[in-house]
Amino acid sequence: MKEYHRLDEIQEDLSLGKITCSQLVDYYLTNIERDKQLNAFVEVYAEEAKQRARELDKKIELKTAGPLVGLIFGLKDLICYKDHEVSGASHILKGFESQFSATAVERLLQQDAILIGRQNCDEFGMGSSNENSAHGPAKNPVDPARVPGGSSGGSAAAVAANMCHVALGTDTGGSVRQPAAFCGIYGLKPTYSRISRWGLLAYASSFDTIGIFSRSVEDNARILEAIAGRDEKDATSSSRQVAQYSNAQPHGTYRIAYFPELFDHNGLQPEIQEAYKNWVRELEKEGHSLVEESFPFAEYILPTYYILTTAEASTNLARYDGAHYGLRSGTSNDLEAMYKNSRTEGFGDEVRRRIMLGTFVLSADYYDAYFTQAQKLRRLIKEATEAILQKVDFIITPTTPTTAFEHKSHASPLAMYMADLFTVQASICGLPAISVPMGNDAKNLPIGMQIMGAAFEEEKLFAFSKIQQNNSR
Amino acid sequence: MLDVLKKLEEEGYEATIGLEVHVQLNTVSKIFSADANHETEEANTHVSVISLGHPGTLPVLNAQAVEKAVLMGLACGSQISRYNTFDRKSYFYPDLPKGYQTTQDKTPICIGGKIPLFGTNLLQEQVELHHIHLEEDAGKSIHDEEAGTLIDLNRAGTPLIEIVTNPSVAGPDEAAACLQEIRRMVRYLGIGNANMEKGELRCDANISIKKKGDSLLGEKVEIKNMNSFSHVRKAAIFELERQLALKLAGEPVVVETRTFDPATGQTYGMRFKETMNDYRYFPCPDLPPVVLDDQYLAGLQPRANENPRVYRQRLTQKYQLSDYDLGILTEEKETAQYFEALCQQGVEPKSAANWMNGPLRSLLNEEGKNLSEIAIGTQQLAELIKLVEEDKLVYQTAVQQLLPKLPKATKSPLKLAEELNLLVSEDKAELEAIVREVLISLPKETEAFRKGKKKLLGLFIGEVMKKSRGKANPKVVQQELLKALN
Repeated sequence: MKEYHRLDEIQEDLSLGKITCSQLVDYYLTNIERDKQLNAFVEVYAEEAKQRARELDKKIELKTAGPLVGLIFGLKDLICYKDHEVSGASHILKGFESQFSATAVERLLQQDAILIGRQNCDEFGMGSSNENSAHGPAKNPVDPARVPGGSSGGSAAAVAANMCHVALGTDTGGSVRQPAAFCGIYGLKPTYSRISRWGLLAYASSFDTIGIFSRSVEDNARILEAIAGRDEKDATSSSRQVAQYSNAQPHGTYRIAYFPELFDHNGLQPEIQEAYKNWVRELEKEGHSLVEESFPFAEYILPTYYILTTAEASTNLARYDGAHYGLRSGTSNDLEAMYKNSRTEGFGDEVRRRIMLGTFVLSADYYDAYFTQAQKLRRLIKEATEAILQKVDFIITPTTPTTAFEHKSHASPLAMYMADLFTVQASICGLPAISVPMGNDAKNLPIGMQIMGAAFEEEKLFAFSKIQQNNSR
Repeated sequence: MLDVLKKLEEEGYEATIGLEVHVQLNTVSKIFSADANHETEEANTHVSVISLGHPGTLPVLNAQAVEKAVLMGLACGSQISRYNTFDRKSYFYPDLPKGYQTTQDKTPICIGGKIPLFGTNLLQEQVELHHIHLEEDAGKSIHDEEAGTLIDLNRAGTPLIEIVTNPSVAGPDEAAACLQEIRRMVRYLGIGNANMEKGELRCDANISIKKKGDSLLGEKVEIKNMNSFSHVRKAAIFELERQLALKLAGEPVVVETRTFDPATGQTYGMRFKETMNDYRYFPCPDLPPVVLDDQYLAGLQPRANENPRVYRQRLTQKYQLSDYDLGILTEEKETAQYFEALCQQGVEPKSAANWMNGPLRSLLNEEGKNLSEIAIGTQQLAELIKLVEEDKLVYQTAVQQLLPKLPKATKSPLKLAEELNLLVSEDKAELEAIVREVLISLPKETEAFRKGKKKLLGLFIGEVMKKSRGKANPKVVQQELLKALN
C-alpha cells in the first residue's frame, strides 16, 4: 500500500474503491508488528479495529460513512477510551479501565475514525524522552538508539513510522511539539481551552491540552476542526465558535517575530541555529516582514513552568492513593502506610520528584516565595508574549534546542527540563503553537521549527504552516 | 446567667466561642456532578466517575448550589462576593476520593453578616459571621469490625455551606440559640432540610477562655461534629468548666481537637495525632471564576426575605403577639404563613394564636402530621373559629367533634355542624327541661350547692352539656342553672 500523507488522499482512494478500510487497518497493523521494537504502542485494538473497518466499508458502500472515514488514529495512554485500560504509563493505574471516553475521542469516533490502539508516553505526561514509562521506553523510528521525545513519544513514533495516520497526544509544556520535532512530523498544541480536557488524565490542569500529531498540516487542521469546541463536561472549555480550519489558506505575507539571540545561543545545537537562521532569511526573501524581538523573561520561563505545573500535579495526582482503584500496596498495616507504600511503589522517580516539588511550593512556609511569585511571572510572561503578538502574526523559534538525543543521555532532570525551553512559553501563555519539520541535521535527524500564534488563531497558524510544508516538499 | 459563666466572671475570665456550622444544601444534583443529591439507603448508588474521582474527570459547578448559598448570605445581611473562585484543600482520607476537597479559601461567597438570636435571657441579640463559603462534602467511612473500613461515596460531592461565626458567641445558650436560628433560616429559605440527626446540619465549636480585657484569645479547643443543640450547649458548658479548672490549677490548656460524648456529657481529646495540617490551599484550575452581578442578587433578594427574622418582626408589629406565641408561630415558615392567612380571614390574632397553638397543634400531634399534610384550609378554620366566637358552636364541641372532621370535609364547617346537629340550640324550653332533669338526678349535690358548695356548679354545667350533646351554649347554661338553683 502506498504511504499516505493526507486523509483526503486516503478518502479519494477509498471512494474510488482502490482500497478499503479493512486493508488500511491491516496495513497499519502490519506496520505496528514490523516496528514492535519501537515500543510505540502499549496496547493494539487489532480485532476491534478490524471489526469497525468492516462496518465502515459497508457504510462506504451505502454512502453513509462519516467525514473522517479512513482515518486510523492512535491515542496516548493518558486519554480515556471507554471500557479500555488507561494507565498514564504508570504502575499506579495498572489494570484500570476507564468507564468513559474523552470528548475528543468520542468526536473522532462519531465521525467514523478508527482507533487502533493506545500509545506509550512518559508517566502522566512528565518527561521529554518517553523514558519515564511503566511500559519501558519508546524509540525513535528515525534512529532507535534515540528517544522519540516526550511525553507523547509513542504517538509521535507511531505516526512517523506509519503505524497509524494521526494520533492524539497531550501537551502541557511541549509534549506534542517536541516529539513531533524529534520524529519529523507535525505536532499542534492548540489554544488552551480549545479542546475539551474531559477524559485527559490531568497533569497540570491550567496548562494541559490535547494535541494532534499528523503527517500533514491539512490533517492536523481537519482533526482540530472535528474535536475542538465547547464541551459541557469541561467548564474551562471555550465557547468560541470553531473556525473551519480545514479551509485555512495563506493570504499574502505575514509579520513574524524572531529571536536573533538564538542565532548563536550556546544551548542550541549548531545545526538548529543554522536552520533557524536560514528559515528567517528565507521568510524575508519570500516577502514576509521579520521583526527582531528578545525572548521575554528567558531565564524565568522554565522555573515558572516547573513551579506551577508541579504545584498542580501534586494535587491532581493525589487521587492515586491506593484506596479506590489502581495499585494498592500489599505490604501495609495501616492507612498511612497504605498511602505511602502504594504511592512509592506506584509512581516512578520523575513523578515522585514533581509531586514533592509541587507539595513543597504549595506548603504554607514557601507558598508566597514560590507559587505566588510564579503566578505573577506567568502573568508577566503572558503579557509580554501577547504584546509581541499584538505587533506580529507569529513568533517563530526552533521547537527544541537539539535534535533527538540518545537514550539515557540526559541523566540529570535539569538537562532534561532544558529540552522544553522553547515549548513552555506557549504553554505558560495558553497560546497555540505548532511544530513543523524543517530539514535534518548532519546525522539525518529531523529538525522541527515552532510557530506560535495569538489565542484562537489556529486558522492563521495552519495557513502559514502550509507555506512551510510546501517549501519543504 | 449560667453558673459556668458566673464562675468565669468571678475568676476574672471570659468565654470565647466560635462556631463552624456545616449545612447540606438540598440541590437536585451534587455540587460538581449530575449525581443525585438525596438520601438513599444503598451505599455507593449516587455516584459517577466524577464523585468517584476517576482519572480524566472534571467538575462542573451546580448553579443551584451557588443560588442557595447566596440566599443564606442575603438573609444574614452578608456582603456577597461578586468574584468567586474555588480552591483545593489537600489531605488524604479514604472518603475523599480526589485527595483534595474543593472549597473556597480565598473568596468565600458571603462575607460578614449576622445570625439574629431569638429566645429568653440571652446575653446577645445576634452573632456576627466571619463568612460563609461553599464546598463539597466528603463521603462516609463506615468502620465495621468484621469487614474493616467501608467507604460510601453517596455523600461525596453533596453541596455544603460552611457558616463561620466570629469568636464572639457569648456563652453556651447563645451557641445553641445561634444554631437553632441557622436551622430555622435554612428551612425558611428552603435551601436545606437541616435534620441534625441525619448530619444535614453539623456543628464544630471553637472554645477558649481568656482573662477579661486580654486582647489575645486563649488556647483554642475545637469540638468536632456535634449534631444536636443540646450537645453543643452541654459540650460548651463542660469545656468552659474544664478550661477554667485547668487555668485555676495553673495547668496549660492544650490546643487540640476534642469530641463530645453525649452519654457522659464530657469532651475527650481525639486520639489521632493532631499535627499542624498544611492543607496547601490553591486555586482549582478546573473551575472558572463565578461572577455574580447586581441583577442576579436583586433577583434573589425577595426569596432571601422569607426568613424567620423578617417574619418575627412583621408578626410582632402587626399582631402584638406574646413572645411565647411568637416563638411557636414562627418556628416554621408554614406555621407563620398559616397564622397570617388566618388573621387575613378576619380571625383575631390572639384567637388565631390560641387555636393554632392549642387545638390545631394537638390534632397535628395526634395525627403525626404537619400543617401542609393535614389539609385544613385557613378558610375552614377561620369559619369554625367564627362559629365559636358567635356562640353558634360550643368551643369544646368545635374542638372535639368538628375540628377532627375538617381534613376530609367537602362541606363548610357550618354545613357540617348543621348536618351533625351540633349547632348551639336556641330552644330555651328544651334547655330548661334539661336543667330540671339534671338537678333532679343529683339531689344531694343540689342540696350541697344550696348550702354553699358553689364549686359544684361546674359539675352541673358539665352534666347539662352532656345531656344537650354539646349543643347548649355554656354561658346560657350557667345562667339557667343559677336561676334554677337560687
